[in-house]
Amino acid sequence: MNSDSLRARRRRSTHAALAAHGEAWVWLTGGCLALAMAMIIGLLSYIVSEGVATFWPRPLDLLELADGRKVLGEETGRDTAPDGSGRRLVRTANFELTGKHFEWFADGEVKATTRPAEATVVERLEGGRFQGFPSRLLHGDEVVATGGEGAWQGFVAHHPDVRRRWREAWRIDKGDRGDLQRRLRAARLAVVRAELASGADSPARAAAVAAEATVAAGVAEEERRLDERTAALRADNEGWGLEFTTAPGETVVLPLAEIVRAWQPNKLSFPERLGVYASRWGEFLGDDPREANSAGGVFPAIWGTIAMTLIMALLVAPFGVLAALYLREYASRGPMTAAVRIAINNLAGVPSIVYGAFGLGFFCYVLGGSIDELLFRPALIADGQPTFGTGGLLWASLTLALLTLPVVIVATEEALSAVPNSMREGSYACGASKWQTIRRIVLPRALPGIMTGLILAMARGAGEVAPLMLVGVKKLALDLPIDGTFPFVHPEREFMHLAYLIYDVGFQSPNSQAAKPMVFTITFLLVAIIALLNVAAIWIRGRLRRRYVSQQF
Amino acid sequence: MSTSSSPADPRPSASPAVAAADRLAVVAAGGQVEPEVHERVRQTPAVLEIDRFNLWYGSKQALHSITMPIPHGKVTALIGPSGCGKSTLLRSVNRLNDLVPSVRITGEMRLNGDPIYDQRMDVIELRKRMGMVFQRPNPFPMSIYENVVYALRIDGESRRAVLDEVCERSLRGAALWDEVKDRLGESALGLSGGQQQRLCIARAIAAEPEVLLLDEPCSALDPIATGKVEDLIQELRGHYSVLMVTHNMQQASRSSDYTAFMYLGRLIEYGPTTDIFTKPVLRETEAYVTGRFG
Repeated sequence: MNSDSLRARRRRSTHAALAAHGEAWVWLTGGCLALAMAMIIGLLSYIVSEGVATFWPRPLDLLELADGRKVLGEETGRDTAPDGSGRRLVRTANFELTGKHFEWFADGEVKATTRPAEATVVERLEGGRFQGFPSRLLHGDEVVATGGEGAWQGFVAHHPDVRRRWREAWRIDKGDRGDLQRRLRAARLAVVRAELASGADSPARAAAVAAEATVAAGVAEEERRLDERTAALRADNEGWGLEFTTAPGETVVLPLAEIVRAWQPNKLSFPERLGVYASRWGEFLGDDPREANSAGGVFPAIWGTIAMTLIMALLVAPFGVLAALYLREYASRGPMTAAVRIAINNLAGVPSIVYGAFGLGFFCYVLGGSIDELLFRPALIADGQPTFGTGGLLWASLTLALLTLPVVIVATEEALSAVPNSMREGSYACGASKWQTIRRIVLPRALPGIMTGLILAMARGAGEVAPLMLVGVKKLALDLPIDGTFPFVHPEREFMHLAYLIYDVGFQSPNSQAAKPMVFTITFLLVAIIALLNVAAIWIRGRLRRRYVSQQF
Repeated sequence: MSTSSSPADPRPSASPAVAAADRLAVVAAGGQVEPEVHERVRQTPAVLEIDRFNLWYGSKQALHSITMPIPHGKVTALIGPSGCGKSTLLRSVNRLNDLVPSVRITGEMRLNGDPIYDQRMDVIELRKRMGMVFQRPNPFPMSIYENVVYALRIDGESRRAVLDEVCERSLRGAALWDEVKDRLGESALGLSGGQQQRLCIARAIAAEPEVLLLDEPCSALDPIATGKVEDLIQELRGHYSVLMVTHNMQQASRSSDYTAFMYLGRLIEYGPTTDIFTKPVLRETEAYVTGRFG
C-alpha cells in the first residue's frame, strides 16, 4: 500500500478524527462531572432550603368553610387533588380538641381566607402546638387582663418570670436531685464493696451500712429542702393561665408554665420575625428534646455526634496508620501481603450492621462484660445493671473505628507509597535506621495523605446509623457522655446521635407531618457538622502539605 | 549475601590480539577483558579499595569483577554509557543495594581497610562514614537547618552549639551559607533546584565522611546551577575523597583527578583524568571521550 492511499484512508475515517481530537471525551467526562455536581448541589440545596425554613414563623390563615366551620392554621403544603381541583394542607394544631395535627382542605370548600392580627401560635411543653386567639390573662381567680391585645400584652409581661421559675425548678430536679442520687448510690456501692471485700457480717460492712444510713438521712433532709423550694416555685406559677378562644369558638386555658413560647405571626414585623426565628434556632441547638424528639432541641445529639466522631478518629488514626506502616514498609512483598491487602479492601464492603452486631457481641458483651466483672462488680450487684457491659460511647466509637479502619489503611498505604524512594534512600545514606527514616522522613511527608483518609473516615463514621443502634445510641439519653460530674468523661454512657435522630424523628414519630421539617433541620445540622469537621481537617492538611510536600524546581 | 570470591574466574587472560582488537565488542559478546589501569593510580594511597567485585540483579550480572582503588583526598569520576553499572557500583559502596531484595554480590570492598561487606560490619555505622548525593535533589521535608544536621540528629546529638557549628561549617563548605543564612528555619523544599542539590551536599559532608559519593549530581540541574555545583566539587577536592558518577565528559575532565571508563559492567580503563582525556591507552576510551561512540 503506498502512502497516498494510506493518507486518503486516514482522512476518510471521521471516527478516528473524532477520537484524535478528543472532543467526545471532553464532553463525556465533563458531562459526567456536571451530572454529579447537579445531583450533589440539588440534594444539598434541598436539605438546606427545607432545613433552614423550618423555624421561620409563617402566617396563620383563618379559613371559613362552606359548611360553616372555621379553622385557624398554617398552610404547609399545596397540591392538586385527583379530581383536578387544588387542595391545601393546613397545620390545624389543637390536637386535644380535634384529634388531628394537620388537615387537607379542597379549594372549593374554602369560602374565605383572612389573616387576623391576633391569631397566636403557642408552643407547649406537651401536646403539640396550640393555635387560637388570646382572650383573658388569669391568675388564680383574678383576671389580670382582658381583651385580645390586653391579654397578649399581659402574657408578654408575665411569661418570662413564669418561665424563669419553671427553669429553676427544672434545674433543681435535674441537677441537684441528680447529685443526691449519686451520693446515695456511692454509699450503696460502698456497702456492696465492703461486703465483697470483707464478708457479709464483717465490721467493715457494718461501718459502711452505718455510713449509708447517715448519707441517706442527709439526702432525705436535702430532698425535703429541695421539695420545699420546687413546691414554692411551682406554687408561684400555679394559677397563671392564658385563656384562648379557638377558631370554632371553644375556650381553653393554657397554664403559663406550660408555654415554651408564643407569637402572633400575622402582625410580626421582620425583625420580630427574625427574633422568633433565632429563638427557635437557639432552643434547637442548645436544649434537650421534647415530645418524643419531635420538638425542642437536639443538643445532646450534637454533643454525642461530635464526641463519638472525634473519639473514633483518635482510635482509628494510630491503629490504621501503624497497620499500614507495617504493610507498606516492613512486610515483604508476597502472596501473604497481597492476601492481607485484599482482605482489608473487602472489609470495606461488609455491611455496617455486621460491624454493629460484632461490636455488640464482642465489645459490649465480651470486653465490657469482663471489665464489669473485674472492675465494676459492686455496681453490677448494687444496680443489677452493667456499666460497660452494654452499649456506650466507647464501644460505639470502637465499632465505628473498626468500620472505618479499611479507609484509613488504604489511604495511608497510598500516601506512604507516594513518598519518593529518593527521600528514603537519602535518609539511609545519612546512616539512619529504618525506623528513624519512617519517623522523621516518611511519616511527615505522608501526613497530608493520611489526613485525607481520616477525613473520609470521619465523614463515613459520622453519618453511620445502623451499627450505632446496636452499640449505644439511644432515642433519649439526656446525661451527656462528657459533662461536669466526676470523672467528667463517661465513656460507658449511652448517647444520642444526629443520624439516628433522623431515623427516629422521621420514621418513628407519632406526628410525622410535624416532624418532617425537623428531619430536614437535623439533616442540615448533621451535614453542617460533618462539613465543619472536614473543613477543619482539610485546613490542617493544607498546612501540613505546605510544610512537608510542596516541591519546586 | 555472600562474600566469597567469584565462582567464575574473575580475570580470564586476555590475549594481546584481543587487547588490540575491539574490546568493547568482546565485552558486548559476554567475554572478559583485562582493564587497563594506569600505574599512577596504583601508586596513590587508597581510601577505598574495590576488589574483584561482582553484582547480580536476580540472574542478570550488572558488575563484572571490578577491581579499582579510589585514591585518598582526590576526585575520581566514573564515566561510561547508560547502564554500564556506574551508579550500581556507587550504590554498592555504601550498601544501598542491600535494600533491593534480588541483589547478590561476590568480591570485596574495603573502606580504609575495613571490609564493607563483612558480616560484622554494621551497615548503619558504615553509612555514617560516607556521604551520598543523588541524581535528583532530595531534601527532606523539614527546615534547611534540620536537613543539614540530620545525620547528627539521628545520632542523638542535641547540643545546640554543636549543631549550629556543624550547620554553618557544612553550609559554608557547600557554598550555600550566604544564600540561606537568614532563613535556616524555612522549609528546604522552598529552595531552588541548584540550592537544594548544594544543600544535599552540605548534608552529606556534615558528618565528616571518609568518602563522598556523588551520583550524577548535576543531571537534574540547569547550566547555572550545574556550574555552581561543579565549582563546589573543585572546592571539595583535597578536603574529601570523592567518587563521582557523571554522564558529562566536560564535567569529568574539569572536576576530577582520576577517571574510570566503564562499559557493560566492566572496568575498561582507569587513570589520571588528563591521561584519559588526552592520551588514553585504549582506542575505545578515546572513542568514548571524544564522543565518537556511546
